Amino acid sequence: MTVKMSALSGIEGRKVDVLVVGGGNAALCAAIAAREAGASVILLEHAPRELRGGNSRHTRNLRAMHDRPEGVLVETYGEAEYWDDLLRVTGGETNEELARMTIRASAGLPAWMEAHGVHFQPSLTGTLSLGRTNAFFLGGGKALVNAYYQAAAKLGVEIIYDTEVTDLQLEDGTVRRVTAVSRGFPLTLLPRSVVVASGGFQANVDWLKEYWGEAAENFIIRGTPYAQGTILRNLLGQGVQQIGDPMQCHAVAIDARAPKFDGGIVTRLDCVPFSIVVDRDGKRFYDEGEDVWPKRYAIWGRLVAQRPGQIAYAIVDAKAAKLFMPSVFPAITGATISELANKLGLAPSTLETTISTYNKAVQPGNFDGSKLDDCKTMGLEPPKTHWAQTIETPPFIGYPLSPGITFTYLGVQVNERAEVLMQDGKPASNLWASGEIMAGNILGRGYLAGFGMTIGTVFGRIAGAQAARHARN
Amino acid sequence: MPDSQILVEARREMEICNACRYCEGFCAVFPAMALEREFSTPDLTYLANLCHNCQGCYYACQYAPPHPFGVNVPQTFALLREESYRQYAWPAPLARAFEKNGLVVALTTAGTLALVLLLIGTLTSPGTLTSAYSGPGSFYNVVPWAAMTIVALLTLLFSLSALTIGGLNFWRDAGKNLSLRSRDIALGLLDALTLKNLGGGGHGCNNSDESFSQSRRYLHHAMAYGFMACFAATCSAAFEAYALNLPAPYPLLSVPVVLGIIGGAGLIIGTSGLIRLKIITSRAPAATELFGADFALLALLWLAAASGLMLLAFRATDAMGTLLALHLGLILSLFVLLPYSKFVHGIYRTLALVRNAAEGSN
Repeated sequence: MTVKMSALSGIEGRKVDVLVVGGGNAALCAAIAAREAGASVILLEHAPRELRGGNSRHTRNLRAMHDRPEGVLVETYGEAEYWDDLLRVTGGETNEELARMTIRASAGLPAWMEAHGVHFQPSLTGTLSLGRTNAFFLGGGKALVNAYYQAAAKLGVEIIYDTEVTDLQLEDGTVRRVTAVSRGFPLTLLPRSVVVASGGFQANVDWLKEYWGEAAENFIIRGTPYAQGTILRNLLGQGVQQIGDPMQCHAVAIDARAPKFDGGIVTRLDCVPFSIVVDRDGKRFYDEGEDVWPKRYAIWGRLVAQRPGQIAYAIVDAKAAKLFMPSVFPAITGATISELANKLGLAPSTLETTISTYNKAVQPGNFDGSKLDDCKTMGLEPPKTHWAQTIETPPFIGYPLSPGITFTYLGVQVNERAEVLMQDGKPASNLWASGEIMAGNILGRGYLAGFGMTIGTVFGRIAGAQAARHARN
Repeated sequence: MPDSQILVEARREMEICNACRYCEGFCAVFPAMALEREFSTPDLTYLANLCHNCQGCYYACQYAPPHPFGVNVPQTFALLREESYRQYAWPAPLARAFEKNGLVVALTTAGTLALVLLLIGTLTSPGTLTSAYSGPGSFYNVVPWAAMTIVALLTLLFSLSALTIGGLNFWRDAGKNLSLRSRDIALGLLDALTLKNLGGGGHGCNNSDESFSQSRRYLHHAMAYGFMACFAATCSAAFEAYALNLPAPYPLLSVPVVLGIIGGAGLIIGTSGLIRLKIITSRAPAATELFGADFALLALLWLAAASGLMLLAFRATDAMGTLLALHLGLILSLFVLLPYSKFVHGIYRTLALVRNAAEGSN
């Protein structure tokens, strides 16, 4: 098979069996698996080398089933419990067949990953609760991505950066031609098999605006700016079956001072349960103490997105200052409520009223930050049902909150062989998908820590192997 | 005194790291960092000296350049370490030796070589350097016993005092003046002697790209243990000369010579390898402005070891005088420069490891 392209890319005239679109975990697993199955492989990564790896570079662990302690994974985490966890967070919006296959396959992942250069470490401080279910990458997701790029390069995968695939030309369920822009030059490829692992569309603000209107302008994208959804939209426009609610995205409340893209983990704020949260008008709008933060943080992105200006402010006093992990940005402090209000740009009198009303509603109780305690308000609307303590000890501390978008749920439908399905239910003949572009098949709603990496690794390996087999036949 | 730019930058980066903590598994720096919520100047000095410059955290960092946060811990900490060498140097005016340290090391070495030649020229008869001598005390034909003893003793005593005072200054400040327990000293020394923290969590450190290797750790071992063997050779020779009244040179199968050969070989292997790694290393996580100081000490150690082995090889020939003068000039330079070169990192690193053991974050 011939490959045609611009002179700049240096791959003209090269024959290729498998083309991988994307450069994160799912793409790399596919490229490695395809190459190990004997195929020639080209991987096209939209980002430059320094920013390669998609959202994988912001991850840090992978959820793996294990029936006995293995490596860094302690105790046991069986299929039944894993499935229960998935069912709970998705509320049933999952494909049980694909989900169970993924869960079972996850048991073999850590060994495969280590064989390809990934190192693990015991779980991090502050994340001990995940030590049983999730294997942590030494150094985090970027170290994992580095290891895979090295493994892929060593195997002979050709990796081309700064190259955005713009079109997969589908005819009767077959990809005939692939068009890309490589370092500013047009590039056309004619691969035998194609694996799409190019992520969701969460960094495409114009697309988000289709569902969220102008509010999307105020969203912060926690991960890579390269998740533009170009290929997702391209495929859905050519008769590929879609899956997942296009309206939905995983949004958490993060520090509003975060950069527009790529702020990652350090912009998170865990203070909400110990605070009161007011909107731009200085008014509370939701029960901050509804549940422990890990179970509630995903709803706060949406809550803040629905407030005017998509902004809110968490306010605590000196008593609560050490109860949570702060974000990377300095706390905004005031000796008085009105000083803090001025610094936050809120009307001092409104904030003072909100806080004094709240303080009067706080009931005596035994404060315990580690569980659902009995500190609550009475006669307040909305109530604060746990960890309600008066806000009266200066200095007063405020953090601005914005919606931080992690990923989107919309994707292409696949089967258990990672084949992309057309609207008529038949698989495309030479097109496979892995990673966020198909994760909505299994994680249709909610969030399960480290599960995106599991899906990407399991389906990446399947997609790569299948694509190689097709190309070699 | 206002905080230096490097200190401000180190604080900014540690605040980012402390909100991330993905690097916790690499080395002692990140668990030690996680104990703090705010970073005082001594804390930052301590963390910078705890850093072994394995560079694992740079390659793993999602906030490394070109990310706008521009986190580059190995580079920032290398620069902050250099500031701490100046801050704790004794006597204070000599702290300036750390500015353009490569040049200082080179000029000092030129000076000590000249001094040795001058001493030989004035204290011995013409033709001494080019004559062959043999038997016990033959070295003293070239450099008189008293001159060698007095110069060596004075410089070494001064340097060891300066290193000790510098170490005490560091401990009072960056060591929080913690009371020293033998367990913590033992653990700190063990970490220093094994360079566990240069292992990047088990797989080694980064030399030129994302790939990992133990080579830097092993080369440093060759150099450091080689240095210690050479120092032991010097001490055992002094013991034989002064306590047992057996003047040098010693036979091939004597304690000083065997230790010297092993140590010299280790130094040559270690410094050659480390110089090579420093040449091929990626500039991105490096503090290239400090390369002069790094190369200078490596080169001085290499020259000292090579001249020592050459002296051993040719001590029975008429080249002995010249080689002895060269070797003693280089050793004198090394003695003088111990407190005013990259060598001091060993003292502060070990003390930082002792504080780390005392605080038990690892």
